[in-house]
Amino acid sequence: MERHVLVVYPHPDDETFASGGTIALHTRAGTPVTYLCGTLGQMGRNMGKPFFANRETLPAVREKELRAACEALGIRDLRLMGLRDKTVEFEDQEELADRILAVMREIRPSLVITYYPGFAVHPDHNALGAATVRAVEKLPPEERPVVHCSAFARDTREKLGDPDVIIDISSVRDVKLAAIRAHRSQSEAMMARMERDPAYRAQREATLRQEVYWTYRV
Amino acid sequence: MGPIDAAAVQSALDRFAGREVYLHLETTNGAYAARDSENAMAICAYIRNGRVRYHRGVIRGDGPYRVGLKMDEGWIYAEGLTDWEVDAEGRLLMAGHDSEGRLAIALELSLTPFRM
Repeated sequence: MERHVLVVYPHPDDETFASGGTIALHTRAGTPVTYLCGTLGQMGRNMGKPFFANRETLPAVREKELRAACEALGIRDLRLMGLRDKTVEFEDQEELADRILAVMREIRPSLVITYYPGFAVHPDHNALGAATVRAVEKLPPEERPVVHCSAFARDTREKLGDPDVIIDISSVRDVKLAAIRAHRSQSEAMMARMERDPAYRAQREATLRQEVYWTYRV
Repeated sequence: MGPIDAAAVQSALDRFAGREVYLHLETTNGAYAARDSENAMAICAYIRNGRVRYHRGVIRGDGPYRVGLKMDEGWIYAEGLTDWEVDAEGRLLMAGHDSEGRLAIALELSLTPFRM
């Protein structure tokens, strides 16, 4: 059992899609989970299906959805970093790392979950993953938490090999699904496609059974 | 937001003409475009809170619509607009949504800065 888990992702819903099952397993085991969420996903293009949000209402909609998803997953410590969607890579990277480091020094997590730098497709994912790794590197070796990284770039397995951490989340499938539904503006189109496209459904179902990570060797 | 009423949008464009306005203009095909299709690139551009003044603003098309804003020294152009509203803060919001309801383009005008 972990002492405290720190999750660092840039967008509301990353925690759910990448790690909802893993987080639910930790909170159910009584492990506190802190979620450092980089942005409010202000520039997301999903607006619900049929759409109910617009570019200007989306940040408040997504913050509300995020709080509901955290409730479903059992996350009691949600911290918003206040960055803007799509701009994370342009911020001062040392300053970002130092902000994450300050949280690590405060809560002393035994495990950190983030995106694998360079293998997480979205520039915000790669940038915040890199800042998180940089923060861990700033700690003395004996104080460094284990770092599990989510990755889904096409060349991930070719370059990094198979994931070394495989989490069976079938016991918390419904919890992950509830968190996905909580992110209504972002998940309605996906849910609708699952209904009409069996191949897509099979692909999504796999993500409700298992979550995988690559340990980052600092 | 609801489907564009070209005449109503035209009146709104006329109300902003000749004034200094804040502009939000963006287009995107999604951050995962390149991952989801071998032959695609992820494309996005946005300007938030550009300060502009146009003397002629026109909506054209049968839907999706095009809007052109003519400035003394340049143009602002958007194509693919499907929906609009004037929100509670008096801002003119226009967007183009695809068949999945996803935003592909947005053009917005306001007399006060858009929130960061």
